[in-house]
Amino acid sequence: MTAPESPAAVEAPDLAPARSSAHGAEPSRPVPVADRPSPGDHVFKWALTGAALAIPTLLLFLLYELSTGSRLAIDKFGLRFLVDSVWDPVADKFGAYPLIFGTLLSSFLALLIAVPLSLGVAIYLTEFAPRALRQPVAFVIELLAAIPSVVYGLWGVFVLMPVLKKVVFPLLRGALGFLPFFSGPIYGPSMLAASIILAIMVMPFIMAVSREVLLAVPGNQREASLALGATRWEAVWTTILPYARSGIMGAVVLGLGRALGETMAVTMLIGNRHEIAASLFAPGYTMAAVIANEFSEAATDMHFSALTYVALALFVVTVLVNAGARLLIWRVARGSGVGSKAL
Amino acid sequence: MNFDRRKLRRIRSNFMVGLMIGCVVLAILPLLLILGSLIVRGAGSLSVAFFTRPPVPAGETGGGVVHAIVGTLMIVGAASLIGIPLGIGAGIFCAEYPHHRVSWISRFVADVMNGTPSIVVGVFAWTWIVARQKHFSGLAGSAALAMLMVPMVMRTTEEMIKLVPNSLREAALALGYPRWRTSLSVIVRTSLPGIVTGSLLAVARVAGETAPLLFTALGSQYLSFNVNQPMAALPLAVFTYATGPYEEWHRNAWATALVLIMVVLVLSVVARLATRRRFELNG
Repeated sequence: MTAPESPAAVEAPDLAPARSSAHGAEPSRPVPVADRPSPGDHVFKWALTGAALAIPTLLLFLLYELSTGSRLAIDKFGLRFLVDSVWDPVADKFGAYPLIFGTLLSSFLALLIAVPLSLGVAIYLTEFAPRALRQPVAFVIELLAAIPSVVYGLWGVFVLMPVLKKVVFPLLRGALGFLPFFSGPIYGPSMLAASIILAIMVMPFIMAVSREVLLAVPGNQREASLALGATRWEAVWTTILPYARSGIMGAVVLGLGRALGETMAVTMLIGNRHEIAASLFAPGYTMAAVIANEFSEAATDMHFSALTYVALALFVVTVLVNAGARLLIWRVARGSGVGSKAL
Repeated sequence: MNFDRRKLRRIRSNFMVGLMIGCVVLAILPLLLILGSLIVRGAGSLSVAFFTRPPVPAGETGGGVVHAIVGTLMIVGAASLIGIPLGIGAGIFCAEYPHHRVSWISRFVADVMNGTPSIVVGVFAWTWIVARQKHFSGLAGSAALAMLMVPMVMRTTEEMIKLVPNSLREAALALGYPRWRTSLSVIVRTSLPGIVTGSLLAVARVAGETAPLLFTALGSQYLSFNVNQPMAALPLAVFTYATGPYEEWHRNAWATALVLIMVVLVLSVVARLATRRRFELNG
């Protein structure tokens, strides 16, 4: 708006002070009728408070439901559940270690592929790209984030996996076969195939958030560095990246949170075997995938309970990861909405 | 020697820029490949019957996905009816009372929930609704999707309302509007396009969700309008067809995925274009 801002507008974003000062400015006038708190205000505020309180209430309820649901398994296995590797629904013995291992490994590999790529894109788009190209490219990559996970899975199974199995994996084994990770028989569904599809899926998130973080770096940092004679790459490497470091870490950790909980595409590509194999060509399993596969077919209460326990563990891990990411992002862009939009 | 070093630095700078252009190409490639194979493999199976007929038993050819289209519309529609008003209400609260203790808490919780894996929400909806009712239902799926929508809608609503200049609020209050009318008919009114965008984006995102529906709506092979029974949905149909053993099912999976992605992409492109125009208006 073009009207001159009153001082109250600057210092009082909240309603209450703005209101009192707006009226307090002219004490000699008769108090307008609306200055009395209207009965509508109470209704309005309480209705909104209800909506706002519904969110934490739902979260508490989710925690309560998950912990009562997994009570059986927690009582029987305790924390040993997290380090045992037997998963035998018939004998009612459950251990989630291969699942946790598979979840961490596939997410780690996905980040290994996705982080350099998405940082490259984000830096290029904020620092180097012609202005006309910036918005469209960012838009196209963000469209990748809109593709449903099950479509990635479908594409992964019928297009990506045959290529990986016939071309990429044999090449990798030929070149790096002396490493245990790239040896052994080649299956189609494998830890590596799932990690590659995961990388494609988390890349847009990491790109979008790190782009916003890079845009939040003040322009004078860049200019100062260039004025001292740095090449444009040196300006990025010595000045902009260090400035944005913790925000970029936040973006990466946010991507990690996504990767940990990704379900459908991973379920379709990882091979779903409760085993830990050294080779990345071998099938594995993740926490989210086991829930997706076994939950609707579980027969015993203990099986349900064990799967709910897995869900609870997954929830706790992602909450911790996301809280960490948010703290890191806030350190660069304090209080602003950076990152929340990209989610 | 000095000259050589400068040249070397320039070369390195250009090399890194080239590498980054390579990253951009690699990043865009999957989108093109995915859209390309969806069209190549899916478009051939699209026909009027595909949109109007329920599926036929495995082994026979023909049939359509009208059951899944209806299911998605009803499940996502019910989820929106629950999730969008709740999200907008909470968003208005957080924007209007930014320093209220409840605002801090729900803002933090919304961020936490934004990162919660959708499969976990599915398990929650199962223990909460399905396990108590003792049967799967489309409505349980809607509850799970609504829970995913609320934090998204809330955060965009809050951001959009924050963009409204404070002078507008003061003008309304000075004219004697009570607070609630100021909020609803001035502030929310002004940021309505942004709020609609946020809601559309949330709808687009949950429309493609499969994981929370797996053991809530469960999926079905029949056309059904009863949200209290197991229901089909487009993402579920893609999953079932893709993991099934029949060649015909795989063809259906591609065609269904093409329909699903058109719905999702159209929703999100429309939503994003609407916001962009709004940002320009605000300067």
